[in-house]
Formats: sequence, C-alpha cells, structure tokens
Amino acid sequence: MSVKTLAEIRADFPILERKVHGQDLVYFDNAASAQKPRQVVDRISHYYLHQHANVHRGVHALSQEATDAFEAARRRIADFFGAASDREIIFTTGTTNGINLIASSLGKMLEKGSEIVITQMEHHSNMVPWQMMCEDRGMVLRVVPIDERGQINMEAFQNTLNSKTRLVAVNHVSNSLGTINPVEEIIRLAKGVGSLVLIDGAQSAPHMKLNLKELGADFYAVSGHKIFGPTGTGFLYGKEEVLGNMPPYMGGGEMIDRVTIEKSTYQGLPFRFEAGTPNMAGAIGMASAVDYMEEVGFDFIQKQEEELLQYAIKELNNFGGIRFIGEAEKRASLVSFLVEGTHPYDVGSLLDQQGIAVRTGHHCTEPVMDFFGIPGTLRASFAFYNTTEEIDRMMVALDRARKMLS
Amino acid sequence: METIEQKQKEIIEEFALFEDWMGKYEFIIDLSKDLESMDDSLKDEDHLVRGCQSQVWLEAKTEDGLIHFQADSDALITKGLIAMLVRVLSGQKANDIATSDLFFIDEIGLHEHLSPNRSNGLASMVKKMKTYAIAYSAS
Repeated sequence: MSVKTLAEIRADFPILERKVHGQDLVYFDNAASAQKPRQVVDRISHYYLHQHANVHRGVHALSQEATDAFEAARRRIADFFGAASDREIIFTTGTTNGINLIASSLGKMLEKGSEIVITQMEHHSNMVPWQMMCEDRGMVLRVVPIDERGQINMEAFQNTLNSKTRLVAVNHVSNSLGTINPVEEIIRLAKGVGSLVLIDGAQSAPHMKLNLKELGADFYAVSGHKIFGPTGTGFLYGKEEVLGNMPPYMGGGEMIDRVTIEKSTYQGLPFRFEAGTPNMAGAIGMASAVDYMEEVGFDFIQKQEEELLQYAIKELNNFGGIRFIGEAEKRASLVSFLVEGTHPYDVGSLLDQQGIAVRTGHHCTEPVMDFFGIPGTLRASFAFYNTTEEIDRMMVALDRARKMLS
Repeated sequence: METIEQKQKEIIEEFALFEDWMGKYEFIIDLSKDLESMDDSLKDEDHLVRGCQSQVWLEAKTEDGLIHFQADSDALITKGLIAMLVRVLSGQKANDIATSDLFFIDEIGLHEHLSPNRSNGLASMVKKMKTYAIAYSAS
C-alpha cells in the first residue's frame, strides 16, 4: 500500500480542486497529459531560484552544482526504469522526439529496401516518422493489422517479419484502445530475425513498473508530462551497444568531441544525442515526478487504476447503448467508447459543460478509427488520483448528454 | 434585406432568453434540425472542411451578386453553429461577407467552439466562407 491515502494524494494536485464552467472538475484526460503534484513544481522552482547555471564544462561552482543536479536526474531515471547505465538515457522533449531521433539516425545507417514494421494501432508519432524515413531513404514500411478487439494480429506480425526486417516499432500500450501489447513476445520474435526493436512507451510508463534491461528492447521512448512531470520533457532509452554505434541527428554544442573547420568528431553517450543546452529544469522535474510515483507506489497505482477501469466498464455496461472501442484482454486504465446514435464531439462538448474533461476525436490514431469505421471516440483515461465517485459524476453527465441529444 | 450585423443581433437576443448552459445547448441542437439539408452528392472531398473532431461540408453559389451557402456536419452541435453562420452570412454581398466581424459567437458565449483548438472544422469553415467571398469580390 501507499504511504499516502487517496485524499492525501489528491491534495498534492491543487488543480483537482478547480472548478470548470462552475462545476467541480473531473479530469479524465490523463492519457493526453497527467497533472503535476506540488512536489514536482516545487523542485523545478527550487532549481530555477537556487541552482541554475548552464551545465557541463563550467569552471564555476554554480555550473558544477547544476551539472550535478542534472546528471543526478539522469541516474535517477536510469535507475527507476532499470537501464544498465545512465549513458543509456538521452533526455528528449518527449516520446515523439525520441522516435524521430531514432528514425533520423537509423535512417542514415540502413540500406535501401530495409523493412520497418509497425502496427495499425500506432499513434501518429510512431507512424509518420517512419513514413518520412521510408520516403526519404527508400525503405519499406510494413503495417501489421489489428483485430476487432483492438489487439495486434500476432500471426500476421510473425508473417511480416523476414530477413529484411531491420526495425520493429510498436507501442507498449495503445493510447486510443488501451490495449497492453505483448511486447515481450514481440521483442523475442523480432530478435529471432535479427531486427532492432523500438517500443513507444508513452502510455505504459504512467501505469506500470518497467525494467528496460530485462525487457530487452533496443530503444524505449517515454514522455515526462505523461508521468506527472513537466511538459516538453522525456527520455529515450537506448542500449549502449546499439545507440553507441549510431550517428548523431542534431549538431551543435555539447555533442562534439573536437571541432575543426573541416570536420568534427563526436562525444560518446549520452551527450552525442544532446546537442545544445539541455532542459535542465525539465530533467530535474521529471526525476522528481519519478520520486513521486515511487512514493505513491506501483502497488497502489495499479490497484487504484484497475478498480477505476473495472468500475467504469461496469457502469458503462449498465448504462446501455455503449459501443466499446478496444476490448483487449489486457488493458490499461482507460475506456474508449461511443454512445449509440450520438457523435463523440456532441457528447464531449456536453460533458465539458458539466465539468467532465474527457478527450474526443481520433486521438492521433486515424488508421484505428478507419479500421472501426468511426469518426472518433470518447476516451476517459484514469490516473491513480481519480476516484469511483468521479466516474459516478461522469455517468450522470453522460445520461444528461444523451437525453439532450436524442 | 437584413444586414449581417442585424442578423447577428437577432441571434444574440434569442440566446439572451436562456439562463443556463442546458437551455443554450438544447437550442443549438434544435437549430441543427432546422438547417436546410445538404444534398448528399455534395458531401464529397471537394466540399469537405476537415476537422479532427467533426467534419463540415460547405458549398457556395453566387446569384445576382449575392453568395449563398449550404453546409452540413456529422455532429449536431457543430451543425447548430453552422445553421447560425449560414443564417448570418448566406444571401449577403461578397464584400460584406469578406469584411464581416462575427461578434455574435463571442456574445453568446460559444467562442470555444470556434477556437482552432477544437478542430471541429468550424474555424476552417468560417475562413473558407470569407476566402470565397474575397475571391468573388476580386473577380
């Protein structure tokens, strides 16, 4: 159990006390971005008010102190996510940035005709960078279909792999369906044909304890703002023996070893991939978010989120006329659904008027919506600070919305 | 003929009758049902104003120097707002449409639906209506 009660946890998030349109806010848009505990904001303030200077290579004390705090954040992230070393953690602006980094760098290394394998349920940020890379560099994008429950067709996945497969890029948890994908099995199969594997961890990191070394993916991308940290932060994990042999994707300060007018040589990991002054406050804030998650504890997080998920499914079933989009066997704490005979935009707008924040639309997964033949869904995504009472409020609001629209 | 400004004032008066959000939204949903239906054959790629939340289709025709709009959407609230925009702008002179200031949306407290953040196709639709009017005025 957590050392904190749910009420104490909620008190750490002042935004949850807010009113919206004159009503108490119910925040069910956590999969888009999670709220920030006071501890994270305080840590960032402390850095800016007392510790800030530019990092690395400064001779003065403050620069040293800022560097220490920044590198301690890297060690904290490496340790929390089970990397083999802190050199395997590249600070990024988020999952999208991490994926683009790999697409750009790997794109320079792979021969024409190489195959990149993704699935139909990828977020646009794990689809478009590969489309761009394939177009630019003559590679082939292979897309594995999903089934009616919103799960990867594993037989098709296996059949897609071949000796030309160079990279498999798959999400750990689907943002629009909630599906928890069998990434262990995906990594095992991909390794069987000698392929590299990148996992989009944007939606998994907030919900489950990860051990990246054990998992065995070559790359794993995470967003800081989804794990209760600051916006514009994130990290890319890369196995040292893989990432260490890849070319930089951005040039500038911090990432070089030696520069002459004719040619430059580059630093080792992780600095080779961190050109320019990094987001120190962001990295430190992200590490503090990880501290907070550890304080709450994954036992509590998973128990609370599972309860919310099961309660929401039960209530929506009782409500009737609900079409669930994404009914995988293993699901993260979110429900994606449609209210029969209504458009998600209408329902979402009427929920908003009642203080309920859900997301509507295609959730940056248009191919998923095309597969189900729908314009979009309503998505309620939960975090450990949400309550079943909040789900009750959503159900009352949903009832009112449906009556108004019928 | 009523001007764009007069029509907007009328709408603002109609909305003044509602005290809470429910009345307002019920009215918008009713308006969506009154919107003259658009021929299905016009709901194609050429007429589509794409939004990631809801879709809008728009058709413009000119007759005796006046521009007539026809529009539709797959979402009711969007459609209700379209009904108001069509009521205000359709049948007006190109130059008046191009230079119009659509203050009624703000006044009735529905500006959030026209924000690009909503991505419901409405903001793009207003832009298209005006672009059409500007192009017609110039020709």
